[in-house]
Order: sequence, then C-alpha cells, then structure tokens
Amino acid sequence: MLHLVLFSVFGAICVAGAVNLLVQRHPINSALSLIAVMASLAVEYLLLGAEFVAAVQVIIYAGAIMVLFVFVIMLLNAGEEERVGGSRVAIVFGIPGMLVGSVLTAWVLLRYSGTSGVELGAMPGPPKTIGWLLFHDFLLPFEVTSILILIAIMGAVVLASREEIPAPGERGEV
Amino acid sequence: MSVTTFVIVSVIKTVIALFVLLTAVAYSVWLERKVVGHMQNRWGPSYVGPFGLLQPLADGAKFLLKEDLTPPHVYKPLYIAAPMLSVIFALTSIAVIPIGNWVDIFGLHIPLQITDLNIGLLIILGVTSMGVYGVALAGWSSNSKYSLLGGLRASAQMVSYEISLGLSLIGVLITAGSFSLRTIVESQQGRFWGIIPRWNIFHGQEVAFFIYLTSAYAETNRIPFDLPEAETELVAGYHTEYSAMKFAMFFMAEYANMITVGCLATLLFLGGWNGPLFGPPLLQAILPVFWFVAKVFAFLFLYIWVRGTLPRFRYDQLMAFGWKFLFPLAIANLVITALVVALRS
Repeated sequence: MLHLVLFSVFGAICVAGAVNLLVQRHPINSALSLIAVMASLAVEYLLLGAEFVAAVQVIIYAGAIMVLFVFVIMLLNAGEEERVGGSRVAIVFGIPGMLVGSVLTAWVLLRYSGTSGVELGAMPGPPKTIGWLLFHDFLLPFEVTSILILIAIMGAVVLASREEIPAPGERGEV
Repeated sequence: MSVTTFVIVSVIKTVIALFVLLTAVAYSVWLERKVVGHMQNRWGPSYVGPFGLLQPLADGAKFLLKEDLTPPHVYKPLYIAAPMLSVIFALTSIAVIPIGNWVDIFGLHIPLQITDLNIGLLIILGVTSMGVYGVALAGWSSNSKYSLLGGLRASAQMVSYEISLGLSLIGVLITAGSFSLRTIVESQQGRFWGIIPRWNIFHGQEVAFFIYLTSAYAETNRIPFDLPEAETELVAGYHTEYSAMKFAMFFMAEYANMITVGCLATLLFLGGWNGPLFGPPLLQAILPVFWFVAKVFAFLFLYIWVRGTLPRFRYDQLMAFGWKFLFPLAIANLVITALVVALRS
C-alpha cells in the first residue's frame, strides 16, 4: 500500500517535472525541472529495490551532468524563449498520432512482459551484485561503453580546441 | 520494535542530531575566530561572555535583526531558493553518520545513527554532489558579474575535486568491503602489535588520506582553495549580493560541510569511535562518542590551522592541481589498493 502511494506521488512529480520542462520559457527553469525528474526517478529506482542505481543516479545524473547543463545555460546567458503561435498542422496530425503511438507502444510492452506489476526487489540491489554482473556477465558491453565515452571526450576536446585559421591576405592587429 | 516506536525514536534522534549539528556549526565559527586570532597574535572574540563564548549568540542575533535587502535586479525564485538548497544539502548528510555504538535505554537497543543504510557512503557523496547547485544558482541568480564569476569558479572547482574525493574513498571501500559506514568503522577495530590502532590511515590508506584531505579543502571552498570567495578577487564571490539571514545560511552551509567532511574522515580513516575503553559500564557506553567527537575536533582544528597558515592558490593552479596531480594519484592509489587486496585474498 505504502509502496503504491510512494510510487504514485513520485511518478506524479516526475511527470509534472517533465511537462514543466517543456512548458517553461526560461532554460534555467527547464534545467531545474529536469533535475526534479532525475531525483524522482532515483526514488522510483529505490522503490524497485535498486539502491545502488538510485544513489548513482543522484550522484552522476543529477549531481554532475545536470550541473554541466546549468553551467552551459549560465555561461551562454541564454534568455527567455520567444512564444510563437501554435501550428495547426501539428495539432491536427500530432495529437491523434501521439495517441496512436502511445497505445501501440503500451500494447507491445504489455504483450511482451505481461500485465503483472514489477515486484519490490526485482532489480539487483546491493552494489556487490551489480559489480558481479558488470564484471562477469556484462564485461564486454562495459568495456565497449568506456571506449564510446572516450570517443565522445576526444570529440569534445577537438571541437573545443579548434583554432581559427586566418583567411589568406588577412593579418592580425598590429 | 514496532513502527510507532521506531518513528518516535527516529524523530527524537533527528531533532537531537540537528540541534547538535547547528550548535557545532555556531561554535566552529567561534573556534575558527579564536584559533586564527591566536595564530595572528591577537585575542579573537573575548568580550561577549567568558572567552567570547557567547559570540555565536550575538552573531545569530545580528543576522536575524539585520536588514534583509533583496536587490531589484536578481532573479527572485532562485535567489531565495539557493541559500535554502545549500543549507538543506549541508544538513542532510548527518542522517547516515554514526557517532557511536549502541545505547540501551528503556529496553530499546538503539544504534547511535539516524539510519544505517547499506549504501551510506554513496548517500553522502550524492548529497555533496547536489550541494554544488546552491553555489551555482546563487552566483547566476544574483545577476552581477562578481557573483557569476565566483559562482562558476566555485562550482567548477567543486565538481573537479569531487572526483578525487570519491576516488580516494574507494580504497577504503575495497579494504572494508561495504558501503555501510558502521561496517567500515567496525573493520577498524583492534590494534597492530598491541600499540598502533588498526585505523585505515595506518592500514595502507595514507596516500588516500592525503588526497581526501586536499579534496575536502577544495570541496568546502576553504583556504588554500577559497579563490571563489576571496575578497580581494571577487568582492565576495557568489554570495556578494546576499545579506543578513541568507548570507548566514551560506555561512552555516559552509561550516556544516566542514563538519560533515570531518565526520567522514574520522569514520573512514581515523577509526570512527574506536578508542581505549575503560571504567564502569556507563562510562564505557559514552566513551566511544567522546572519541568520535575528539577526532572530529582534531580534524576541524587541522582545517583551521591550514586556513591560518597557507596562501591561496590561483585558479589555474587550482584546476591543474586537481586534474593533473590529485586525479591520477587517486587512480594510482585505487589500482594499488585493489591489487594488494586481490593478492591477499
């Protein structure tokens, strides 16, 4: 019972944060709503019994990645977005399309996994179990993911350090 | 014990812990002013009460009665929320910190910890990571160039040194085998050869303690890493535009972070509440708490001592030190510790 109540409350906070993310005009408010979404997701993980994943979600996602998002917004001095009028095409095709898509997705998922709920403790909880899985069953994906992240870092370094080559005939200031 | 008993005991523990922590924050300000004063060959607070002991009370009254000015150009929601966020995250980590063994009162067997999570250490790391938001949002919402620069510098510094902080703790985790703080302290019981205590600092984690110490100074924005709040550089950094109670909240958050970091160092490196026990059973129940407090006090004194002694790092020196020296050193410590533990078992 308490499980259901907590799930509903934090699920509602999560959805409200996500909707607020789209609705807010100033990007910093959107970033803060995303942090609220991350935090409520962490509580949902906790309700499933995956305490390590919940803690790591807060540390990495809400505590490091979102900080960098907030940095970028602060540095770029992003202002409020303009309000443009709604597009009628989007409403006519979008809303029915969204409804059909979500019904289809729900049908496929429920057919695959059944309509019974996920029980408490279904996920691997203790860090020991996760460590075991990560280094035994999922060793190859783990190592390949680290190389993926290395590629992303190298790309970021190259993009950030690219210097402008002056056009021929131009000189710098005397 | 039943649910109602558990809830009542937890509420009482929380109230006591918060009260003790807030008093400790107030008196660590007093301690700092006294110690730095004596280091600089002057008295420090000595008027208000004997030895200036009522100075924190006077400071509290001042902050409450001061004019709380909100500049017109700030972004109000975040301006008001940022100090609250700082204080909330600074005070939350006391929930998993154990200060002693057990207490048997009224037939109840109560651990001296608000909650013993089996991922206690990760919770503290998570709360520390979230604490960056108070600083970053304060700097941005103040809408002033000094605040923005100070806020950006402070948050970049905190994020960079969080990495070496976390990595230095993993060596302790590997030797202890658990994230639960109580288990880590219990693994440091006993002595080597009857004399040297089996604290982690003597048990192979000396380098890790050094890394932790330095990263902790940088995490809490203290000298020698306090460029984000240096008066000569940035007026007052991210809390330039704050006055009275909001400034006091940032102040409290900084000292509460110091105390949390000290408690963590005590638990992980200095053996927690382990210490010589003697005397009647009542004394034996209280002595562990006394040892814990003494060790945290020693750590805080070290903090204040360093503050009174060292000059501050320039910002590029600070970032280079964190990324190019501490981070590889922490990884090397991790690799060597893992190697030793794997070869031993």
